[in-house]
Amino acid sequence: MIKKNIPKERRIILKYADDPGYSNKMNCYLKNGGYKMLKKAIKMKPDEIGEEVLKSGVRGRGGAGFPAGMKWKFLDRKSGKPIYLICNADESEPGTFKDRQIMYKDPHQLIEGMMIAAYAIQAKQAFIYIRAEFFEGARILEEAIAEAKAKKFCGDKILGSSYSCDLIVHRGAGAYICGEETGLIESLEGKRPNPRIKPPYFPAVLGLYQCPTIVNNVETLCNVKHIMQMGGEAFSKIGKPNNTGTRIWCVSGHVKKPGYYEFECGALTLGEMIYDICGGLLPGRTLKAVIPGGSSSKVLRADERFTGKLKDGTEFDWGIDDIPLDFDGPASVGSMSGSGGIIVMDDTVDMVEAMANINAFYAHESCGQCTPCREGSLWMRKITKRMCSGDARKEDADLLLSVANQIEGRTICAFGEAASWPTQSFIAKFRGEFQDKAKHGSSKPKLQLI
Amino acid sequence: MIVSYRMELTEHTLSKIEDLIPKYPEKRSAALMVIHLVQDELGAISDDSCTWIAEKLELEPINIKELITFYPMLRETPWGKKHVRVCRTLPCALRGSYGTCKVLEERLGVKEGHVREDGEFSIEFMECLADCGEGPVVMVGEETYENVEGKKAEKFADLLVKEKLNTSKEFVSYENGLVTDLPITKTTKKK
Ligand SMILES: Cc1cc2nc3c(=O)[nH]c(=O)nc-3n(C[C@H](O)[C@H](O)[C@H](O)COP(=O)(O)O)c2cc1C
Ligand code: SF4
Ligand code: FES
Repeated sequence: MIKKNIPKERRIILKYADDPGYSNKMNCYLKNGGYKMLKKAIKMKPDEIGEEVLKSGVRGRGGAGFPAGMKWKFLDRKSGKPIYLICNADESEPGTFKDRQIMYKDPHQLIEGMMIAAYAIQAKQAFIYIRAEFFEGARILEEAIAEAKAKKFCGDKILGSSYSCDLIVHRGAGAYICGEETGLIESLEGKRPNPRIKPPYFPAVLGLYQCPTIVNNVETLCNVKHIMQMGGEAFSKIGKPNNTGTRIWCVSGHVKKPGYYEFECGALTLGEMIYDICGGLLPGRTLKAVIPGGSSSKVLRADERFTGKLKDGTEFDWGIDDIPLDFDGPASVGSMSGSGGIIVMDDTVDMVEAMANINAFYAHESCGQCTPCREGSLWMRKITKRMCSGDARKEDADLLLSVANQIEGRTICAFGEAASWPTQSFIAKFRGEFQDKAKHGSSKPKLQLI
Repeated sequence: MIVSYRMELTEHTLSKIEDLIPKYPEKRSAALMVIHLVQDELGAISDDSCTWIAEKLELEPINIKELITFYPMLRETPWGKKHVRVCRTLPCALRGSYGTCKVLEERLGVKEGHVREDGEFSIEFMECLADCGEGPVVMVGEETYENVEGKKAEKFADLLVKEKLNTSKEFVSYENGLVTDLPITKTTKKK
């Protein structure tokens, strides 16, 4: 047997988080070189930091993968209005649990990254918008901020410079839509989190209080610290072109060792992740499907062949195991790496039930502003639910697809796509199972997912 | 109409609210945080609370009411003394969270979405709690418990009923498992 090289984790963001004895307190962070990069940054010109971030090629880790440096460039500085920085710590895409590890175990890394970013964009005020279920997480961050203030790492006249910026921890209240950046902004203004229409409400131009605002994910902002440390150029050499840095992948579902794993972008394939890193499937099971980037991304079937051309022109012919784990890999097979949440399903899963579970999520979380999303998500839940309780109709697969197709592209925010992509892909790839439900009624399901 | 209700809040909470509001560039932004503080103490937000909070933030009561009725974690009626949140979203469901919920419903004697008659327990199905690698995930109050499935769920429920969950060695919450500089576990902040 040929000995296989098992890919190794490269922990940059989570370098210390799980070390025995590493705590979330200031003295521990300082012992490990903490806040040196903020000291370096505060002596630089703000624009120089922006240039480094641009050079690094770092893409947003919250879902859309937009280059952070470019987003910062879009800031409307001419308006003269105050600029705000918001860290999106709402982490609520099903299958994603990486930001939690950072905030609970290494909060100062986030604070340092944020203060460098705040200085770079010359923010007047910074916020961490954290989901309310992270009760202790919010307390940890508040304590860490108090420690940082005492040491002049944030607040008034940071490190004796003329730059001041306060940092506020703001708790949500259990709504997924607060993760969408304009919904988040409305929520932070004390309103219902109804997303705003883009254009004109691009946060970098018209964000919080109609002022230029940068919203970045927790992991993205932590990367800013490491870009300072390495320099943008060196950071851009980690991973692959257009897919720079590491990513924290969260694996859940039917594998032996689910968990979070940090790898250089493109350092391993989906197959290596499932079999070598996560220990493979449970005994006696076979792989059925994988959702690669949080529940909003399109499902992949275990026996699919994916062929096509990459951006650089090279042709590929992949099985599911061959898909590279980076930004472009899952995108080139028609799905996305999204928030990095990989959900693995084995042969015990009834795909109609899985669909019903997902649809219940979107029906619960739609903000209700757009009719196609509000009504469509409820219909999709209703149809899949009845299919699972023995009342499937012959036309249900087509009906579901037609509802999903009428949501996509007709809504204010990307939640519309997030709600319709699962249905579209489940029907496209597992149509047989949906049709069988009408023929055979509800066979006793092996797992209860709804 | 401005009516000044006297709120049954402790001095501690009142002063927290006073400190909080000026931190925000605009008063209204403090709404969710003020609501959290009031709800933490009173268990729910009554109409009187709405009016009181609105007045504090120079808003109309409806501006607070519309938040209470939108956000899933804001309440017009209180949950039980011990509120149990069970994650039902796909990754947890794949690991058996629907079964976990059934066990909890049976042993705690209350249906999901309800409060037990004596007000002791309530159970709520939650959407993804961002800990999917260790599902099924169950929160009791503010603590997160992982891998509560199958037989373990029964034991978990029994310990919970006997009020022995926080001293159990088998079930250590995510929060208590964290390393801090404090020598002992730090759950003192809770009610
Ligand atoms: C429905 C919906 C939910 C979202 N949820 C989150 C979330 O929980 N956390 C997050 O960081 N981004 C989330 N996003 C993406 C944000 O809108 C935004 O793109 C991101 O915070 C930008 O940060 P980044 O560029 O650093 O990724 C969500 C987007 C949508 C459409
Ligand atoms: S798409 Fe859905 S979630 Fe987004 S604004 Fe419209 S109704 Fe709200
Ligand atoms: S699905 Fe339960 S924590 Fe994410």
